[in-house]
Amino acid sequence: MRIALFATCIVDAMYPETAKSTVKILERLGHEVVFPKAQACCGQMHINSGYMPEALPVVENHINAFDTDDYDVAVAPSGSCVASVKHQHPILAERLGKPELKERAIAVGKRTYELSQLLVDVLGITNAAEQLGSYFPDTITYHPSCHGMRSLKLGDRQLDLLKTVGGITVEELPEADQCCGFGGTFSIKNADVSSAMLEDKMKNICSTGASACAGGDASCLMHIGGGLSRTGAKPKTLHLADILASTMEETVTL
Amino acid sequence: MTQVFLGMPAPGHGNLFEEEPFPQAAHRELGNTQMRKNLRHATHTIRDKRLKVVGELPDWEQLRDAGAAIKNNAMANLEELLLQFEKNFIARGGIVHWARDASEANKIVTQLVKDTGSTEVVKVKSMATQEIGLNEHLETEGISAFETDLAELIVQLGHDKPSHILVPAIHKNRTQVRDIFLQEMPEVDPNLTDDPSKLADAARTHLRKKFLAAKVAISGANFALADTGTLGVVESEGNGRMCLTLPETLITVMGIEKVLPQWEDLEVFMQLLPRSSTGERMNPYTSLWTGASADDGPRNVHIVLLDNGRTRALSDRFGRTALNCIRCSACMNVCPVYERTGGHAYGSTYPGPIGAILSPLMTGIEAEDNGSLPYASSLCGACYDACPVKINIPEILVHLRGEDVDTKRETHKIPTQMDLLMKGGSWALGKGKNIGLLEKALPLGRLMAGKDKKIKKLPGIAAGWTQSRDIPAPPNKSFRDWWSDQKESK
Ligand code: SF4
Repeated sequence: MRIALFATCIVDAMYPETAKSTVKILERLGHEVVFPKAQACCGQMHINSGYMPEALPVVENHINAFDTDDYDVAVAPSGSCVASVKHQHPILAERLGKPELKERAIAVGKRTYELSQLLVDVLGITNAAEQLGSYFPDTITYHPSCHGMRSLKLGDRQLDLLKTVGGITVEELPEADQCCGFGGTFSIKNADVSSAMLEDKMKNICSTGASACAGGDASCLMHIGGGLSRTGAKPKTLHLADILASTMEETVTL
Repeated sequence: MTQVFLGMPAPGHGNLFEEEPFPQAAHRELGNTQMRKNLRHATHTIRDKRLKVVGELPDWEQLRDAGAAIKNNAMANLEELLLQFEKNFIARGGIVHWARDASEANKIVTQLVKDTGSTEVVKVKSMATQEIGLNEHLETEGISAFETDLAELIVQLGHDKPSHILVPAIHKNRTQVRDIFLQEMPEVDPNLTDDPSKLADAARTHLRKKFLAAKVAISGANFALADTGTLGVVESEGNGRMCLTLPETLITVMGIEKVLPQWEDLEVFMQLLPRSSTGERMNPYTSLWTGASADDGPRNVHIVLLDNGRTRALSDRFGRTALNCIRCSACMNVCPVYERTGGHAYGSTYPGPIGAILSPLMTGIEAEDNGSLPYASSLCGACYDACPVKINIPEILVHLRGEDVDTKRETHKIPTQMDLLMKGGSWALGKGKNIGLLEKALPLGRLMAGKDKKIKKLPGIAAGWTQSRDIPAPPNKSFRDWWSDQKESK
């Protein structure tokens, strides 16, 4: 398959390794990865902050970049960006009175997958060690980000993939389904509540004794990781893609 | 009557307002450690109970769909249903009053009470009368209103405000309740302990006298059935039942959105409501009454149909499903923000996720600080998942943020930091070329980081982030550039 990578702005700029990991995994499976260079961002930050007219150029740019015949499916290593593409883009187009854009948004959304969705539902991956050669000899816990869990209904796809990585130990995270408190600009507009939510998330992560908390959204991980770093706690954060890309020969270190 | 189109329907009044920006209110409430402890305990207990009983029903999702469909249909035909309800209610001997807003409703109820010659009323727990501030209004008119729901009684005796729509005293624990009783109930045993059954006993003795003496009761309603003219109240304690049956006069204040087309619709809601609200399969008391009867129950039965901003909410096509709410409180019980700030932080009678959309929809986003309410959410979506009538609260929150920004655009002469950030972001993220250009400056960002490769302090609004979180030093090179170098040079 020809798979278009939607890196997402935060991964592109801040966590390029995660995008490289995504490419590695897909190439390992024999697929061709393309990177539509016109892409920038899904516009979720603007939409969720209420800046709809300002979101429009960002959303239009995304749709223009991905509304092509140059690929079979698109994938992003982020549940919330994919949820934005699938659900928010059509609504924004409707709100701003752009029916044609709405149709195109729906079409792009249909072809866009979150990484674990693509791996499990489309590419039939059930065992990361066997099918992807994934190997990560350490103890992790896992935070399911809200948009993946609730908007995309990912269920246990990410966790199941992690559990089948070679050498890994996965400790269950207490109150895993609770939001980490990121919420985009919520984290600065309502910084106190956001921090209170983060505090509980960190407490739960630390209680597992894991070396790292894994997840499928770089933004939530930046939030959790930023808090852990500030408090001097031991656990690090690591993206699902980076763990799946890690192999016996080239093992990712924390 | 001449009809004049006045544009947007009238906004709601009464207790629907956030009086200070939510972050400020939240900051204060977060400091109340006792409240947070009580609330965490209470919300987590009810969450688990709800999940358990909801899990018992294999058709739960279909029930939610049915609930949403019935409500959507009722809202689409609200005018006809209300008229049908009015006709049937009158036919059974009831009297119907229409109130445009809180002050009209208060006036109507006051007059009705005065007409009976009574200066005391007993009350069934009701959100609508909280919303219009009825008790306070009656007091200014020389009428005492006694709350009979145990939790409402605690709040009333404690001169406090409800912080939850179902469990108004959720922020109090039993020791605090005992202290309130000792202070405010003159007849109570001075050795009262905080044993829940002892506390309930004390309240029972206190209330029984009121029930037997009261000539007038005031209630809300969970449902009104258009095809029969029936009203319904769903409760746990039976105190509501006492109020609905013992007094001579019964006055019900109900929001117009509570009307359902037909009797059969109860089948769906009587399954959805108790499971979602108290986590019970069935609530202990369901009272349904149709009009007045000469020899049973109240002889004078009134209903005040209250708009108070509901038609305004209905006119918002992206927000109107908020009116489908059956006030079960599941959304606040699962909300991580509500769990930490409590209900008082939301200002309005309606707290939590539903309050964050309903209050501004009813009053208009520009009213007081209601524009800050839609931001009181990380958009985690737990509320939408729990809502028995599938109100997509996160989507409406986002919609209302858009309304807030658009409204302020007209009034802000000088752009805020957020405005500038979003404008800049719109350019930067609007083209692959532009973000690519900015990413060339990533190494500069590395300079901001200390030796430990962490950015610990950011200026302006971004300081909110670094108050509790570091940012890692950015990479040397973006993925985009790496891709160009690696893949395209081959
Ligand atoms: S919005 Fe839904 S979950 Fe919240 S109180 Fe209303 S019906 Fe219940």
